[in-house]
Amino acid sequence: MIRFIVSRIVQGIIVIFAVITITFTLSKMVPGGAVRNERFITEEARKAQDEYYGLNKPWIVQLGLQFKHYATLDLPESYHYKGRGVDEIIASGFPISAAVGGAALLIALAVGVPLGAYAALRPNTLEDRTSTVAATLGICTPSMVLGPLIALLFGLKLRWFNASGWFDASDWVLPALTLGIIYSAYIARLTRGSLRETLAQEFIRTARAKGASESSVVFLHAMKLACLPVLNFLGPAAAGLLTGSFIVETVFQLPGLGQFFISAATNGDHQLTIAISVFYAALIVSFNLLVDILQAALNPRIRLQA
Amino acid sequence: MRWIFRILFLAACLSGIAWFHHVRTHRPTRVEEANRAGILLAGNGSEPATLDPHLASGQPEHLIFHALFEGLIAPAPDNPDGDAPGAAATWTSDHFTVWTFKLQPQGRWSDGTPLTAADFVYSYQRILTAQLGADYASMLYPMLNAEEFHTGKIKDFSQVGVKALDPLTLQITLKGPAPYLPSMLKHYAWFPLPKQAIEKFGKMTDRNTRWTRPANMVCNGPFKLKSWQVNQALEVERNPQYWDATTVKLNGIIFLPISSDTTEELAFNDGQLHVTLTMPLSKIPAYSESKSPYYHNDPLLSVYMYRCNTKKKPFDNPLVRRALALAIDRESITRNILRAGQQPATGLTPPGCNADYKVPNIMRFDPAEARRLLAEAGFPDGKGFPPFDILINTSESHRSLAQAVQAMWKEHLHIPAGVLNQDWGVYLESQRKFDYQIARFGWVGDYLDPSTFLAIWQTGDGNNNTGWGSKRYDELIRQSFLEADSGKRLQLLSEAETLLLNEVPMLPIYWYTHSYLMRPEVKGLLPSLLQHRCYKAVELRP
Repeated sequence: MIRFIVSRIVQGIIVIFAVITITFTLSKMVPGGAVRNERFITEEARKAQDEYYGLNKPWIVQLGLQFKHYATLDLPESYHYKGRGVDEIIASGFPISAAVGGAALLIALAVGVPLGAYAALRPNTLEDRTSTVAATLGICTPSMVLGPLIALLFGLKLRWFNASGWFDASDWVLPALTLGIIYSAYIARLTRGSLRETLAQEFIRTARAKGASESSVVFLHAMKLACLPVLNFLGPAAAGLLTGSFIVETVFQLPGLGQFFISAATNGDHQLTIAISVFYAALIVSFNLLVDILQAALNPRIRLQA
Repeated sequence: MRWIFRILFLAACLSGIAWFHHVRTHRPTRVEEANRAGILLAGNGSEPATLDPHLASGQPEHLIFHALFEGLIAPAPDNPDGDAPGAAATWTSDHFTVWTFKLQPQGRWSDGTPLTAADFVYSYQRILTAQLGADYASMLYPMLNAEEFHTGKIKDFSQVGVKALDPLTLQITLKGPAPYLPSMLKHYAWFPLPKQAIEKFGKMTDRNTRWTRPANMVCNGPFKLKSWQVNQALEVERNPQYWDATTVKLNGIIFLPISSDTTEELAFNDGQLHVTLTMPLSKIPAYSESKSPYYHNDPLLSVYMYRCNTKKKPFDNPLVRRALALAIDRESITRNILRAGQQPATGLTPPGCNADYKVPNIMRFDPAEARRLLAEAGFPDGKGFPPFDILINTSESHRSLAQAVQAMWKEHLHIPAGVLNQDWGVYLESQRKFDYQIARFGWVGDYLDPSTFLAIWQTGDGNNNTGWGSKRYDELIRQSFLEADSGKRLQLLSEAETLLLNEVPMLPIYWYTHSYLMRPEVKGLLPSLLQHRCYKAVELRP
């Protein structure tokens, strides 16, 4: 177990440095550079800025500097937000994205798992069809449509919540609802499929033959195995939710990480792009590790090996 | 019995929802709360990149700097484009070349330190020091030897045309007469910066000092920085040290960085904003036709145009460029496509630059003449004209306009134009490298004078990017910068613009307007061609 964890951490570090190399190389291939002003900027000012950000050095040296920044955790400064370290920006945006994403994850699980299980237990009935249609609809509705609709209904029409902003204690509700509904649809479909498959397996028949009650068959025996695909999906999904959705954060005007990620790309702020990519990669690596450990705990057939 | 419980349960649920609905719908909106507190809630576009005026180059910062800082001359309360005493109480000029400013005797920084002429000298030295890498250092080039110092030809700053004659007297010497200097001084590149605060956290030319953070920031405007939550809100409060603090009516302003115009409009209708920065283009006709009391549309000193790459054939031929210019139906574009009150550009310089300036109204729609010119250039009925692209940066509005122009050129001149869109950074790079044929370009005036629109077309100017140049034009502009007589100067500029519009290295299309939403309780936030704001005159009267 410990060998497994250590080897996965080492792999994770390699992945992170690969991400640095790839995002850095891509950022060097983007034309335009860090200065993105329509107005002419004097040669002197441009030179001074290139020198300040180390952009006049050979690119291999720049890549080495990037490695050094991340290896020593002394993160560089953003090109666009002058005088702000990229770590400072991530630290200001991540808690908000994480709060909304965490709530969305809970909503997704609370709605998706029961809905999927309900449908799986009544296959091919009206209830099953209704919940499948609802789930398909949820998957097909993009957040840029659902978000404004929810903002219009609960914000402008009913006036239950603020349509946007991050000021009141209740401002997490609408964005979390938007994200939660979309993810719950995925989870419902996964749960339904895997629960139906599990219920058809032989060990379930054995459990029933033993005389176990229907609820203990479903919740104790079948669910444990049926939730594995959901768990697999949750690893990357959780990382995605916690780091924020650009669209939902823009629609609801949340000062989260997702907005920074996109504006970094449009502003040519490559330092911030690299930093958020690395942060995202680190989260995915850790969540995947967590999911592997949880799966081993839930499924006796899985053995962790380095 | 069970049905009784069910009904009771249902009734409890319904009354719970009704109670929740009542409580939530009866809470005051943010605007109502702000009205009581005397705080203006203003949409401000994207998150400000910095609060250091020497490092900034964007509009969100510009709008905040008008609250935090004050230049020698300030926007007048009854007309933000007019001149009123700012950090300087009075000023005089000798032939518009040597300007002497008497500073406010009670002028202070927000930390209580007196504001002196030396602060201005320090500030101008800082922005002109090449090592700082200030985007807008060139704004100070009209000052004697400023360019020479910035480009390293002069090492000694005392040779630059700014002197502190005594603690309360500042003298600025220009290269030549500039009657528009007062308007220029309202740009933040000319604002004073606090030496004591900057040097407490680093050297003069450090780009990353923490002096602009809320606890550290020192400023001299009607307001001072209270808090800055990144991407969420930037709040300023009254500055009790401000020389004219008794005039200030608001207790504070909260600038909200909302980059999406759809979200901004939603927030406005939800009672979260007093005034928006912009609004969705598609919603403008509905607001203007319904005569909404919230809708405002003010002219701006800004022009939308297409520049031609005169280094590439056939755009090196003035006949071709004039044919292209004459085949654009600007009326139809502003009326049918833009529909937000924009004015068709009949010349380059937008109206309002100077009351005495005669704009040469040369641009018109004349397809027959356009065809004649094109034939004269060797492309009768468009035959043999090489295919070319109109370069735009990715945006729906640029695209629909480009497609309209493309259709007009096809219909009237029978020439094949395509539309090529590129991401912002690539689009800028293509123009710098002259890798384009026709490209969209917008120019915002920096001060109230035609020269802010005309000087950029001089041969080799960093903003020209068309490859066009004319000795006669350069000479006219040069003379205008030396001419002290106001009438003669405007005459020279008018002559230069006429020459420019006959050669048309760029095709002016329309003059911008600023469409936004504002609640009626906001008083004193007046329209400005340069988007200057006199916040001390603003008040909330619900």
